[in-house]
Amino acid sequence: MSGDDGWYDEAAGPLVRPYTITSGRTPGEHARLDLSTQVMTLRSEQEPLGLGPEHLAIVQLCRNPVSIAEIAVYVKIPLGVVRVLCGDLIERGLVITRSPTHNPAQAPDLETLQAVLDGLIRY
Amino acid sequence: MVSSGTDGSGVDMVPTPVKIIIAGGFGAGKTTMVGSVSEIPPLTTEEVLTEASTGVDDLSGVERKHTTTVALDFGRITISPRHVLYLFGTPGQARFWFMWDDLARGAIGTIVLIDTRRLETSFAAIDFFERRKIPFVVAVNCFDNAPRYTPDEIREALVIPDRVPIVMCDARDRDSSKLALIRLVKHAMTVVPATV
Repeated sequence: MSGDDGWYDEAAGPLVRPYTITSGRTPGEHARLDLSTQVMTLRSEQEPLGLGPEHLAIVQLCRNPVSIAEIAVYVKIPLGVVRVLCGDLIERGLVITRSPTHNPAQAPDLETLQAVLDGLIRY
Repeated sequence: MVSSGTDGSGVDMVPTPVKIIIAGGFGAGKTTMVGSVSEIPPLTTEEVLTEASTGVDDLSGVERKHTTTVALDFGRITISPRHVLYLFGTPGQARFWFMWDDLARGAIGTIVLIDTRRLETSFAAIDFFERRKIPFVVAVNCFDNAPRYTPDEIREALVIPDRVPIVMCDARDRDSSKLALIRLVKHAMTVVPATV
């Protein structure tokens, strides 16, 4: 341990547990995972090794597609941590994801809007 | 929804998420609307954000960062096996405006909910989405004891451009909230350029 523990005060409290789960990593390249990004576990023959309990909880939860925001609620971990853990699962090829196709800088796609409109009218 | 299960490709089994943002001032009924129209009980998740000091805090003279936990309410509507719609309520407090960018990224549009008893709390939301060219409609939440105005009066008071639709709604009512969503999607379709 470093002798410099000046940061370790009450304000740091909530940060300790989440970033212990991620081994200190913060959302990097996977920060792009949107709140609504769908995560689905790919079927695999054997139990994946080397995963933490939170990873496994996500793998189990996402047998059917689940959003990043819902994972945070059901697994009870902060969104930033969900993004890191899902990033791990993506890298290991255990889950696939789909993010919103909309790019505000481009024109939204009419096909999607029409599908949403039809769905809402039926809803 | 019944899944055919015959498609061999896993990717095709993952629906495309679609986002709509419910914005508005504090107490305008955002959470109520998310809850009335969602197919699941509205959920709340907490995003932990690090907010750089604005420099207004002269007392310390030291660069400080604050960790802020922001609660987000959201709901879901399964549109079809291929699309799932998420509704996100923006945090009401104006000091969280900086995170609306993250929320709005990828959204097809926004409903700005308005409480006619506190019109001034709506300016920030209208201004935000107007500047970012995100399609939005203004939904006037008709609270029981609130003064009634015509859409024209609201438009004039809040300086809402003519192209932005104004709808009257009751955020507690599922069908009323659904109609506001439908109006928004129709509006978003009209602002799409004919060719990309």
